[in-house]
Amino acid sequence: MSQPDVLNQAFELGYTYTRSTGPVIGRFLTELRNRNIVGIKASDGRVVVPPMEYDPNTAEELSEFVEVGQQGEVVSFAWVKEPREAHPMDVPFAWAMIKLDGADVPMIHCVAAASEDAIATGARVQVVWADETIGYMTDIRCFELV
Amino acid sequence: MSEEQEVVTVVKAPVYLKYNFTAGAAPARFLAQIKKGVLTGQRCPKCSAVYVPPRGSCGGCGVATEEEVVLSNKATVQSFTIVYIPIPNNPIEPPYIIANVVPDGANISFIHLMSECVNEDVHIGARVEAVWKPKEEWDFAMDNIRYYRPIDEPNVPVDQIGKLPVTGLEG
Repeated sequence: MSQPDVLNQAFELGYTYTRSTGPVIGRFLTELRNRNIVGIKASDGRVVVPPMEYDPNTAEELSEFVEVGQQGEVVSFAWVKEPREAHPMDVPFAWAMIKLDGADVPMIHCVAAASEDAIATGARVQVVWADETIGYMTDIRCFELV
Repeated sequence: MSEEQEVVTVVKAPVYLKYNFTAGAAPARFLAQIKKGVLTGQRCPKCSAVYVPPRGSCGGCGVATEEEVVLSNKATVQSFTIVYIPIPNNPIEPPYIIANVVPDGANISFIHLMSECVNEDVHIGARVEAVWKPKEEWDFAMDNIRYYRPIDEPNVPVDQIGKLPVTGLEG
C-alpha cells in the first residue's frame, strides 16, 4: 500500500467560559462601564487597583472602594515588537505596569506609543476609553502617553 | 455609580485553542483506508495486540507496529454512557449513547456513537455493527462510520470482550 500524503486539518478547541465576577470585581467592571476606575482600600491604607476581595495582610474582607485617577505613571514596561492575534493592539505597543494617581500598586495594561523609544519608566500616561463600554477590562482600550 | 444600570456579575471569558492537527504516518494510513470504507488496525510484532486506530507503536512493548490488519464491521460494546446534557454546536439530540466499541479482530476499543437502539437496552458485551455513510460521502474521517447499531447475536462474556478474532463469535 502506498503511503498517503501528509494529512493536515485545522482544529479549534473552544472553552466558552462565562465567569462570575463576584461583588468586588463586579463593582470594578460596572465602574469601568461608567468610565470610572475604582480601587479598594486595604487595612494598611494602600489603595489597590484593580480592587481585591480580601486584605493582603489580614485576609479580612475589603469593602471601601476608592475612585482613582485616569492618569498615572509607567512603573515598568515590555515592548511588543510583533503583536500576536490575541493581543489588544495590532501595531507594536507596550505592556506596562501603570500606577494610577491615587493608587499605591500598579496595574497592568497596554500603552500605545509611536515607538519603543517614546516610552520610558516614569512616563505619564492616561486612559483611552473604548467607544462603547460594556463592563469588561477592554473598556479601557489602552493608555496613551501624556 | 449609576443606579439605573445593572451591576456587572459575569464576564464572558472564552478560550480558543487553534491547532493544525497532523495525523502522522500510522493514523494517515488508517484514515486512507477509512476513506475506502475499510477499518484497519496494526498488530504488535511482540505481543500480537491489534490497535485501532493505530498509532504506529505498541504502548505495552514499545516497538513499532507495521503489520496492518483489516478489521470487522462487527464489534462489541466494552462500555458506554448515556448522554443527557446537550453539548453546544452538537447537532445530536440527547439522550444518546456514546460507546467504547472493540471491532472483531482488534484488542482495544474506540469511542463511537450508537443509534437505532433502545438506550435502556444497551449493555456491556452487546454485539453491534458499523453503519457507514453512503460511499460518495467517504472522507479521511472517522465519521464515515455514521454510528453503531445493535445486531442479533449472543452477548460476549466480559472476559472475552476485546479478544474476539476478526471472524467474530463463531471464529
